[in-house]
Amino acid sequence: MVTKEVNNNDILLHVEDLKMHFPIYRGVFQRQVGAVRAVDGISFDVKRGETLGLVGESGCGKSTTGRTILQLYKPTSGNVIFDGADLVKLKGEQMRQMRRKMQMIFQDPYASLNPRMTVAQLVGEPLMVHNVATGAEINERVQHLLDVVNLNPAFASRYPHEFSGGQRQRIGVARALALQPSFIICDEPISALDVSIQAQVVNLLEELQEQFNLTYLFIAHDLSMVKHISDRVAVMYLGVIVELTSRDELYAKPLHPYTQALLSAVPIPDPIADAKRKRTILQGDVPSPVNPPSGCRFRTRCPIAEAICAETRPEFREIKPGHFVACFFAERFL
Amino acid sequence: MPDFILDVQGLETTFRTPDGVVHAVNGVSFGLAEGETLGVVGESGCGKSVTMLSVMGLIPSPPGKVEAGKAMFAGQDLIKMSKEEIRHVRGAQIAMIFQDPMTSLNPVLTIGRQLEEPLMLHIGMTKNQARERAAELLSMVGIPNAKDRLNDYPHQYSGGMRQRVMIAMALSCSPQILIADEPTTALDVTIQAQIMDLVKRLRDELGMAIIWITHDLGVVAGLAQRVLVMYGGYIIEEAPVKELYANPEHPYTIGLLGSLPRVDEKERAKLFSIDGLPPVLYQKPDACPFAPRCKWAIEHCWKENPPLLVVGPDHRAACWVDTKTGRHR
Repeated sequence: MVTKEVNNNDILLHVEDLKMHFPIYRGVFQRQVGAVRAVDGISFDVKRGETLGLVGESGCGKSTTGRTILQLYKPTSGNVIFDGADLVKLKGEQMRQMRRKMQMIFQDPYASLNPRMTVAQLVGEPLMVHNVATGAEINERVQHLLDVVNLNPAFASRYPHEFSGGQRQRIGVARALALQPSFIICDEPISALDVSIQAQVVNLLEELQEQFNLTYLFIAHDLSMVKHISDRVAVMYLGVIVELTSRDELYAKPLHPYTQALLSAVPIPDPIADAKRKRTILQGDVPSPVNPPSGCRFRTRCPIAEAICAETRPEFREIKPGHFVACFFAERFL
Repeated sequence: MPDFILDVQGLETTFRTPDGVVHAVNGVSFGLAEGETLGVVGESGCGKSVTMLSVMGLIPSPPGKVEAGKAMFAGQDLIKMSKEEIRHVRGAQIAMIFQDPMTSLNPVLTIGRQLEEPLMLHIGMTKNQARERAAELLSMVGIPNAKDRLNDYPHQYSGGMRQRVMIAMALSCSPQILIADEPTTALDVTIQAQIMDLVKRLRDELGMAIIWITHDLGVVAGLAQRVLVMYGGYIIEEAPVKELYANPEHPYTIGLLGSLPRVDEKERAKLFSIDGLPPVLYQKPDACPFAPRCKWAIEHCWKENPPLLVVGPDHRAACWVDTKTGRHR
């Protein structure tokens, strides 16, 4: 059993009504004809020391959310308060200083590491860029970091192609840890890895969290892995968060029809338990974020949708302490 | 043993690479009964796809080569067939669906055209008959307005719909066997649930046998009757589905099941992880290929590669150690 101390009032990251619309340009004059509403008004907090899972299907905006928080995209509107500072308003040197505290682990360890750099260069690069160490000190830190992620420090002079997927992801983790951040966004860090390797990386992430008191935003589409690693979980659908609560609550008593359908669709590796489950199979596909449905985004596939769902967007409300849901009829499932 | 409609014996496939000859499949034998759903599970590089491609005569040669083995289907050996002969089996009697619905459809031909082709080629339908049947097939796999949508191109379909088209195409000539190679891996879970629901329904309606290749032990649990687990080009465990999940015998299967978090788990325990990496076999091993990662390994494991040993009713595992007692079998 992994136990963690999470102080309820210590909020590290506060996201408020964050929107990220990517404009679409057409024609000779490249006029803007519309926008992909990848993230369309989401609000949530991340507490210091916790892991917040962010789940959803492809195209729901979960990765965009991660990137927008780190200001890798300039948000269309909204606030991102990290450690007391509004990242959206920070510029230049101030932003650079802030970046040290927040890092990212990417999905594809085959694409996210420069093939022409050695492991020592890859892991040492952040130290050099941010001028926190020089010369021999860098080497020392790199050796230590490799040791921390269970890679043999003797491999420091090798190139990424000499490593397996799991090992490469460890290099990515070492790189993210180099600047001793307090917050790491893990963007599908294990979905490119084989099953037996996934467990290795997840266990490592959990150990590191304990050791360095890290806060994670863990983005994934694998609901069972998110359940395993998270303290609280937010479910996204088509650019909005539809439900957010503690992991036990979410998986035991989901209140949003989308969460319910999503959970019932996850295969369980046990034929007996699998046969006993009630399944909700959703009809159709996710609509396009260029032209999302009016009112509730989920209404086109929702088994309990009514007229009101097409008219008004349901408020993302706290239905009971710590349990947020965006559905008019969530009370039915209480 | 019941009569098998597909009986594979001692299949071996190698690939010549710049680094040496890779032994991808090393003497795989299995049977498929009529109407049965067989799950084949393993991680990337374990030989699960190559096994099926070898059976279907789809191994690119060179660099690949089927070195040995038989695959008996309807009294004929598929491995010995000429390219021309096997083309008449493929698609007509044995059909295949692949992992990536984005790349397995031709982007410049309409969906209708691609669905009609096997019907005209294998069954000898006329253009008009084929058109009508194509519309039927498309609505059978749950695509609304099937008739109109025949004129669409693949890019106008979503991923889940394309996979439905692939299934419609595979089923168009009423095959006896459907081989599905990770057909839901590229899809989202809610779409995966739709596709699996569809396959189960069609299986019950049409009574075909299915070989379902996947790395996802969860998918197999809800679908298959019998499961083969592959590792390093060998079948290392074979059992009926309930038996396999309740009493896994091979250390690799045990590790694989233990390393999966479950959406219905109650307590948060540390995940069981298998150290090390799956092997790439440049030589046929004279030890158990899993021994370097195995915590039960004993001396014998390093000296002789275990064959599939009977460990229970219909249950076989390739391991020298009884994992329940830790002793030599």
